[in-house]
Amino acid sequence: MASHPTRAKTWYGHGLPYLPKKRLPGHLIAIEGTDGVGRSAQIELLRPWLELEGYAVSNTGWTRSPLLSETINEAKAGHRLTVTTFSLLYAADFADRLEHEILPALQAGFIVIADRYMYTAFARNSVMGADPQWTREVFGMALVPDLVLYLDIDVESLIPRVIMGKGMDYWESGMHLALGIDLFDSFERYQGRLIDEYRRLSGEFGFVSVDARLPIEELQSELRKHIAEYLSGANDKSRPDSADNRASTRKE
Amino acid sequence: MPEKDRPVIETAGSPGGPAAPELPAAVPSPNGDVIPSSTGSKSAAGTAPKTLLETPHPYRGRLICVEGIDGSGKSTQLLLLERWLRSRGYPVHFTEWNSSRLVRRSMQRGKKKNLLTPTTFSLLHAVDFADRLTYQILPPLKAGMIVLADRYVYTAFARDVARGVHPEWVRAVYSPALRPDLTLYFRVPIDVSLERLLAGRAKLKYHEAGMDVGLSTDPVESFRMFQSRVLEIYDQLTLEFGMCPIDATAEIPNQQRVVRTMVQEILRDYDRNRGSGKNGVTSHSR
Repeated sequence: MASHPTRAKTWYGHGLPYLPKKRLPGHLIAIEGTDGVGRSAQIELLRPWLELEGYAVSNTGWTRSPLLSETINEAKAGHRLTVTTFSLLYAADFADRLEHEILPALQAGFIVIADRYMYTAFARNSVMGADPQWTREVFGMALVPDLVLYLDIDVESLIPRVIMGKGMDYWESGMHLALGIDLFDSFERYQGRLIDEYRRLSGEFGFVSVDARLPIEELQSELRKHIAEYLSGANDKSRPDSADNRASTRKE
Repeated sequence: MPEKDRPVIETAGSPGGPAAPELPAAVPSPNGDVIPSSTGSKSAAGTAPKTLLETPHPYRGRLICVEGIDGSGKSTQLLLLERWLRSRGYPVHFTEWNSSRLVRRSMQRGKKKNLLTPTTFSLLHAVDFADRLTYQILPPLKAGMIVLADRYVYTAFARDVARGVHPEWVRAVYSPALRPDLTLYFRVPIDVSLERLLAGRAKLKYHEAGMDVGLSTDPVESFRMFQSRVLEIYDQLTLEFGMCPIDATAEIPNQQRVVRTMVQEILRDYDRNRGSGKNGVTSHSR
């Protein structure tokens, strides 16, 4: 696997123009992958390891913002959401965590591990039929992660894990899209499409893809290997404080 | 361009390279000037076909919006218009900014605990709008009704940009919005609106006064500074989107006369008796 080049932090689109420019010496690592692939178990194992290595770690997760998590859960329990309102709720949740969790932690020099990032919205929206360009413009306020680790799996291997785990869920099976005659059928198609989309995004955005079918410990050491590689590169380059890590703005 | 291949543009000092599209700072200057986003070198949006906001909608109904700062008297005028339309037998549907229950709790929580940033403030209002677009605006429009909207996307374009979000970003967020048939902009000097608001109730609301922006700790002074920014942007939007400015310092009945004349104009070829066509789309384009 190629080494991961370090680079100055950049906004995905227009960023947050009203924020004063500050150095962001921390590291933003996003873990992506479809539902049930084992992201949270892996993240739980990463934290103690990084702390032993001497890094302070901060976690953030999709739909976990104090401002919106209740609203999102409530909305998912009802039948009111459209692709558009769904996406905007995700974006609001993301922006809340970006400004109140991610950026302050990066300023303080933490490693931020994000359980899912904007690519989740890109993948889901694309499968749900939203205008992909629109989704990307909405997430123009996002900071581009330093490293995206993608837990890759095929639907066939995913299914038994989900069934033995928490079971097939209405939304994660894409039942709202009425894709199949029953839950299983729908899950298979919806997750299949999601995974196809993630794989496409992986190429487009340069994710580091790891085989999520590996046993937990092996997968964990794969992830650690990539993170260590990234960190050693980042430390070589930015330690002398020559590289200014303030996020810069750029546009597609 | 694939993400990994994108050039990194340094914030300051670095030449950036000729390939890097220039991004103007969107932060409003202290005197309230908001530098509009690059009009000449729009990358993705500029080459795209016209947005919905620039294209007349195809539905049989009519969408009439009122805009203006707080205390401009727009809601009063809309109420008088609604009375008049109903008395003449028109099917009318009223919808108001920030009224969807979908984000009510988050909005209240965010405002009360002062958790909102310019971006989340903007996005929560966008959820509200998108929800009302689906449930309150599109169905009556397709059914051939007259939709009256108290505030529309221009409120976001003015207020959120005054709070510091990028003008192009907020336009992109609201790009599912339809173009109104008529947007009435009630133009009023800050002092007049302040006088009206303070006469009506003792205190200015926190966000209405732009207290979250931190321009001044005095609510009245903050209102003056923040709403001056908003006014200035509204003036630019009037040109950009063809809003019809109305002198909101005039006597109420005189304003209403102007409003009704303008509404009559857009109702000229409106046929309230036509049955619901397929999908509510008119056969001829207006």
